[in-house]
Amino acid sequence: MSQSTDVADFGSNRFASALLTAFTYLLGIIFFFPVAWMVLNSFKTEDEASGSPVFFFEPTLDQFRLVTSDIAGRASFSEVYTNSFFVVLLSTAIVMILAIPAAFALSVRPIAKWRDVLFFFISTKFLPVVAGILPVYIIGRELDLLNTRWSLVIMYTALNLPLAVWMLRSFFQEVPGELIEAARIDGASLRSQLTSIVLPIVAPGLAATALLCFIFAWNEFFLSLQLNTSDAQTASVWVTGFQSQRENFIARLSAASTLAVLPVVIAGWIAQKRMIRGLAMGAIK
Amino acid sequence: MQVVDPSSSEERSDTISEAPSIQRSEEAKKLQKREAWSRRIPLLPALIFLIAVTQIPFILSIFYSLTEWTVNPPRDRTFEGFENYTFAFGDRFFREAAWVTAKMTFWSVVLSVIFGLGMAMLLDRKFRGVGFVRTLVLTPFLVMPIVASLVWKTQMFDASFGMINWFTGLLGAEPYEFVSKRPLWSIIGVLVWQWTPFMMLILLAGLQSQSTSVLEAARVDGATKWGIFRQITLPHLRNYIELCGLLGAIYLIQVFDHIIGLSGGVSSARNLPFFVYRTSIGGGWRFGEASAYSIIVVVITIIFATFGLRVLSGLLEGEDAA
Repeated sequence: MSQSTDVADFGSNRFASALLTAFTYLLGIIFFFPVAWMVLNSFKTEDEASGSPVFFFEPTLDQFRLVTSDIAGRASFSEVYTNSFFVVLLSTAIVMILAIPAAFALSVRPIAKWRDVLFFFISTKFLPVVAGILPVYIIGRELDLLNTRWSLVIMYTALNLPLAVWMLRSFFQEVPGELIEAARIDGASLRSQLTSIVLPIVAPGLAATALLCFIFAWNEFFLSLQLNTSDAQTASVWVTGFQSQRENFIARLSAASTLAVLPVVIAGWIAQKRMIRGLAMGAIK
Repeated sequence: MQVVDPSSSEERSDTISEAPSIQRSEEAKKLQKREAWSRRIPLLPALIFLIAVTQIPFILSIFYSLTEWTVNPPRDRTFEGFENYTFAFGDRFFREAAWVTAKMTFWSVVLSVIFGLGMAMLLDRKFRGVGFVRTLVLTPFLVMPIVASLVWKTQMFDASFGMINWFTGLLGAEPYEFVSKRPLWSIIGVLVWQWTPFMMLILLAGLQSQSTSVLEAARVDGATKWGIFRQITLPHLRNYIELCGLLGAIYLIQVFDHIIGLSGGVSSARNLPFFVYRTSIGGGWRFGEASAYSIIVVVITIIFATFGLRVLSGLLEGEDAA
């Protein structure tokens, strides 16, 4: 290990430390570049966006006007946004309503075979969604749920529930057992144990979990494409409609993409610290 | 689904406290039973919902898979036993898709964990703007996968408009059609771009949970940085790395958006889920056959999941002791 002394002292050297920082910045910029380029392209004309790259140009809002204008035969932007928000917020809310008591029963007052049940929850996550799409499609057709928001609300709830139970369980694990025991002896009901003692302690964890559900549901494409292409279109399917075989489309695709990713990106930026803590705590113990 | 009626459990606890204390042992048994049920009730709505939504389609799939059922051209559904299965195992394209799934999942998970670890270590230092850089790195994870695929395809990989070719062109290289020449690796590339931030978040949390006193002690004892990393940091991160692998595998084994967005599903770069989709409502319309494929996929996944759950078991072990 004597050879590695040079490497070892790397960080302590001031110049080297600055170099490492610069390297980190460079990697950060490289990682962010495709997103930045997409946003940049959304402010260009089609001619500027297609062709050799232009870094300096006169920004225009034409593409945003184009993609948000109402055209017959295409779902309007406001409709699409409403659909997306409706489906995502409602499914996330249902996930939390179902997952909080479930996680409680798997951690704070564990049932006898909590481990098997937890494994069952996680194992449903391993089943490829695509493998089940045919029966889901057929059941959806029978129940008249195709092309409504409800099919997606149900499916997104099922999609995110295992992850939410898994994360919340770990948060609940953090709650000191003595606190709950004391409340139980004082005669607090199960519900009041949950609402007055456990929930306030795990609030940051709840936020992190809900955020992750929000991200996965908002970004989901496959089910939305299969169950819901026409009447209740969500943002992920809407975006794909701006490709074209005949003409340049990069600028308008970029504008639509920028609008489609905006809510999740902003929510993620705001809540990133909480998410790190949430993932870590929710992850291990 | 229905939400638990909280009043029911309250009522129960009332009756229990009022019970006469004479028939103790019998009461105790009843009490125990009620107690067990009051523990189970909060779990039931979630459990019932998940069973209904995930298991009913599965059972229907088993039924479909035993039938000959082609919708286009329309024909009557007939029962034909295991014929679809024998056909599936002989299908070259199915085997190809299985192999692609293995490669795609393995490389995208491994590479994003490695890059995520590297990125987490760089961001675990203190410097001006560390939060800003973390935000930059985090962003790809937040971008909608279908958008990420289309943006990479049209604006990064493309031979005439793509930024990668523009950049390599500056260095004198010929333009290269990444997506059509290397569809699998183009997909893996975008997957790694999106999942590195996720791994970075988990691993960063792992790094920051290290006890500084242990690190300090090692440093005082004259341990090298590499030695500290190998003998203290890596063992500490083990659980976190396993969790990264598990969550990554769960999500990356069923990639769909990137395949349709980037390559459109050419046979050298389509995984099992995509293959099943193409056989059924994605253009094949051979529902019986597709259901047999999907059952096989589920069985294979369950085998792999068992390994995954063993990892999970290891993660939970520490809790039992506590």
